[in-house]
Parts: sequence; C-alpha cells; structure tokens
Amino acid sequence: MAHSVSAPGRWGRRLAAGAVVFYALITILPLLWIFMTGFKTPQDSISYPPKVLFEPSLEGYVNLFTTRSRQTPEYMASLPPPDTWYEELVRSRDMVIAGPSKFGERMMNSVIIGFGSTFLSVLLGTLAAYGFSRFKVPLEDDLMFFILSTRMMPPIAVAIPIFLMYRTLGLSDTHLGMIILYTGVNVSLAVWLLKGFIDEIPREYEEAAMIDGYTRFQAFVKVVLPQAATGIAATAIFCLIFAWNEYAFALLLTSGTAQTAPPFIPTIIGEGGLDWPAVAAGATIFLIPIVVFTILLRKHLLRGITFGAVRK
Amino acid sequence: MAEIRVENLHKAFDQFVAVEDSSFTIANGEFFVMLGPSGCGKTTTLRMIAGLELPTSGRILLDGDDVTFNRAAERDIAFVFQLFALYPHMNVRKNIGFPLKCQGTPRGEIRQRVEETAKLLRIDHLLDKPVSGLAGGDRQRVALGRAIVRRPKAFLMDEPLGTLDTEFRDLMCNELRQLHDRIGATTVYVTHDQLEAMAMADKIVVMNHGVIEQFGDPQSIYDRPASMYVADFIGSPPMNFLGFRSALEPGLREIHMNGAAIQIPEVRESQPECDLVLGVRPEHIGLDADSSLRGAVFGTEYLGTTQIVTLDTEHGRLKARTPANVALKPGESVGLSLRSHRLSLFDRDSGRAIQTALYGDADHG
Repeated sequence: MAHSVSAPGRWGRRLAAGAVVFYALITILPLLWIFMTGFKTPQDSISYPPKVLFEPSLEGYVNLFTTRSRQTPEYMASLPPPDTWYEELVRSRDMVIAGPSKFGERMMNSVIIGFGSTFLSVLLGTLAAYGFSRFKVPLEDDLMFFILSTRMMPPIAVAIPIFLMYRTLGLSDTHLGMIILYTGVNVSLAVWLLKGFIDEIPREYEEAAMIDGYTRFQAFVKVVLPQAATGIAATAIFCLIFAWNEYAFALLLTSGTAQTAPPFIPTIIGEGGLDWPAVAAGATIFLIPIVVFTILLRKHLLRGITFGAVRK
Repeated sequence: MAEIRVENLHKAFDQFVAVEDSSFTIANGEFFVMLGPSGCGKTTTLRMIAGLELPTSGRILLDGDDVTFNRAAERDIAFVFQLFALYPHMNVRKNIGFPLKCQGTPRGEIRQRVEETAKLLRIDHLLDKPVSGLAGGDRQRVALGRAIVRRPKAFLMDEPLGTLDTEFRDLMCNELRQLHDRIGATTVYVTHDQLEAMAMADKIVVMNHGVIEQFGDPQSIYDRPASMYVADFIGSPPMNFLGFRSALEPGLREIHMNGAAIQIPEVRESQPECDLVLGVRPEHIGLDADSSLRGAVFGTEYLGTTQIVTLDTEHGRLKARTPANVALKPGESVGLSLRSHRLSLFDRDSGRAIQTALYGDADHG
C-alpha cells in the first residue's frame, strides 16, 4: 500500500503517541508532586530522599484552613476530649485551633475577581469585535493596532503608575480595582480573538434575520452569539487563566479585603515553620476551579482553537 | 404582492460609484431579473431594495410607499442569499419557521404554515433534520421556504443558484419559475448567468458599471440590444460585430462593406460619416454560394442539430449557427447571406444602437 501524506503509518502513530505521553508526563509530574505533598505530613514533605510512598494525612489541608496556637502540655491535658477529627489531629501536634484561616476568603476573592473580569472582558470584547467586524469604523486598522499595542510590553512595566493611580483613586485593595485591571489587560486579547471568530460568520445570517424582522441587536444576540459560542468559550478560558494566575499585580495592589489566592498561598510558609503540605494543599485547591471550567468548555476549546483553520 | 419602483437610485462608496442614477419599475407579480457581470451594481441595487444598504440618493417605493430609509424588517420583503444563510444551529423546521417566530406568530400557526410551505417545496420529509447534512438543492429549497413562509410583498434573490452544480441549477430554475407562477409574488432576481435570466424572467434589466444598459423583456433584449455591451453579453456565442464607415440618413436601407451591398432595416436617424458597427446574431448568418460577402471556414463546433461555424472574413472573425447537416471543411471559401431585417447597427464610439425599423418604438432606456 502506498504511503499517503495524510495518514501516518503504524510506527509514525506510535512515535507520535509516545511523544505526547512523554510530554504529558513531564508537564504533569510537578502537579502530581504538589498533589502528593498536600497529603504528606510536614516531616514526610521535607524528608530526604523524597518519599514517593507515604501514609496520607490531611494535616496540610487542616493547616491550610485553620490558624492554630501552640499550648503547654498542662493546658492540653486540661481540655475536654476533641469533638472532631481535625481537632484531634491538631492536638496531636500540641496545638489547638484558634480559628479559620483566611484561605476561604482569598479563594472567594479569586473567584469574584477572576470570573468577574473574564465576564467583562468577553462582554466588551464581543461587542467591540462585532463592531469592528461588521461596521465601517474610521481608522479601523489603527484602532485595532492600538488595542493590540496595549499588550506589547509586559504589564508589570506599568506597575508603579498603576499603583499610584489606584492609591489616588482609592481602588487599591478593592475587588472593583482588580476586576478593572484584569479586564483592561484581557480585553485587547478578547477583541482580537473574537474579531477573528466573528469575521468567519457570514454576515448573511444577520442580514437574513434582520429582513425577517429582528433588529440588529436581536440578530446579534439570537443569531451571531450562538455561532460565536466556540470563540467566546475559548476566549473566556484564556482570559480566566490570565486573571486567575496573575501574581505580580495582586501582590502589589492587594493586601487584605481583595487579596487573591496567588499572593496568599506563599504567606502560609511564614506561619510557624515551613508548612509545605499546607502550601501544596492550597495550590491543589487553587487549581480545581480552572480545571473544572476548562473541562466544561473543553469541547468548545478544541473547536475554538482550530476554528477558521479550514474553509468550510 | 407589490409594485416596486426605483427612482434615480444612486450609491457611492467613497470614490467608487456602485450604482448610478438608476430608475425602473417592477410591476406587481413580475419575475424581474437584474443581469450583469460581477461588480456591475446589481447586488448593491438589490440590497438597497432590501434595506441592507442605504442609497446615497434616490427613492425606493414599495406599493407606493417610500421605504428608502426604512429598516429591512419594516419592508415586508424576503431575501434569499447566494450562500443560503441557513442558521446552522437550527434544524430545517426552525429555519423555515424563523421569520414567523421573529414576528411573534403563535406556535400552532408557525407549525401549520411551516408544514404547508415544506409540502409546497417537497421537503416535508426533511423538516426535523439538521441543515448541515442537506444537499445543495435541498438547502436552496429550505432557504426558499424561509422566504415563502412569511408571504411577503416581494422576494429578493441574490444569485440563489450560483453555488449549485449545473444539473441542479437547471432543475431549480424550473422549480423557481413554477413556484413563481403558483404564488405570483413580485420577484427580483439577481444573476450573472444570461441563460438563467432568459429562462425565468418576465423583464430583464442589464447592468454594467453601475449603469442600466437596457430594460425590457428577454426577447426584446435579445433581438434589439440597446448597446454593443448588451449585444455582446447576451447570447452564446455572442453577436458578431462587423466594422464599417458610413454616413446615415433616415430612409437608408442598404450599406456597403468592401464592395458588398448589405440590406438593413430602414434607418430612422441621420449622422455624418463615422465609424459604425453592424451587429448580426450567429443564427442570422446563412450560407449562400452566390453572395459577394465571402469568408473562409476556420473551424466548426458540432452541437447536434446545429453547428457553430467560425469564419474568417475581411471584416474579422465571425461565428455562424447553421444546420448541422451541411458539411464544411476548414479553409473552404463560402458565401454568406445576412438576414437583413434582423440586423442591428451601432455607433462604435458610444456603443449605442442606431434607431432603425427593427427597433421601432421599442423602449430601451
């Protein structure tokens, strides 16, 4: 049988599969290590040589969600028996639970700021992209270039001016401030990505709907948006990943009320020794929402990335 | 059902004039075809009638109402796009029912009217299929269904058969015309295909560079082209042009070309001596051994009952349509006779047709 360009042979396929598995292993290994460390005891987490097999413990997670204080043995003996398994675990280390930690709040901040800015970026991006795609915008090319140019330097290069502006405007350490900041960074990406997707949708669809009785806005919502769904999903994932993982601005501009999880997690280290399991537990929980979001939109993402590659 | 009147319609995009000062009237129930090469302004005109594009100046009247600046949705017309524009996220039933849904028609009625329409187009068995799997012809029928279901004042169609293969196109041509005869709605149809136009139209307007070259029924456009452009664009093979110089005066019935006298329809206008062109359709050239107009056979194309004979003459290369049973050899010298009362004369510089008895009082705007 003759070789064809499109169908690789059996060995070619195996080689490709091997390469993919190899790459997947390399990228997943650190994540796996973090996941495992989260279930180790502090001693196991720093033992040398590193332990691959260990007795799992929830101490990291308990430490992540609580603040604890060390007590004298006399005081410990005077306490009534512990009510819950996590209290027991803490007491076995000669400590008592002083209260919940800030991790829950910080995760909530991440969710509010991450999803809030993603929603805004995609909303503004879709409207702008539709406008650029369908109407004669004066200086369209220059405007599009200007929008892209906001991404041409590393955002952190403008950290000081933004820090000063935010302090003056009272936006420092507020949810609104962080949402505006991440939206500002993401919206240019959203406009460019979505313009590509919307350009691909023939304008006849809207025109047909407009002739059939819809206004342009109705046609946009009912006809264009469903067809741009894959593009919107792909864009949303990119925006969310950026906003969710952003560290530098979050560290600089937030300290309390609006602090997100990324700058918070490393601070766990400071509280009573090197508590790697708690840090690892925090990182694991931090990853979950974005993994879930990506899996939910996975089908769209795959189609989204290859969208427009082939003329239909 | 409606009469569409277009008055002095003008459309310019920046420097480029897409449609120049066009006026015509489409009678109620007429099948009207706008014919021309791509970029001639026919689609722009159609889109202005639809309300998808606003004219720079001029007026559009629908049933006597000025709708020039009305929104597309307020005009009560239906548009069939070349690429069908079927919504890929809806099935056939929803696609056809969409215009009714836009208007807020009750569900039961939508259902009933969609089914009636589907039956009319013989696609009722496809109603619950997704549109993505349909064949070209069926997609076209769904697109038509979406237009018909609303019973609009007029149908506008932008090269609706352009993407179909030849076989389907002939079939759909017939279906479209039959459908029009059954429904009787005013239809404006845009195409660059002269055969489609000839086959379907009640009236044709031929456009070129944003200008209307001729407006009339298919036969008058074919028999009495108003300009060399129309004469060349319509007909396959196109009209033959033979150049000569002469002065014109009313009553002239004969012209001379390199010694050969040719009878022509009686001229109705006068002109000083200038470059003129004699236009003759291939089927109006006959073989006549005695004729002083001679030509050498260059080649023949056999078409079954007729053949197209290419001839080299002193006036240039000609194509003649003759019965297929006459055997001709390349290089052979033959005499040619022209059917006098079917000849056209044109002014070479302007391309305009000269008024003759053939043209009579025929309207060619």
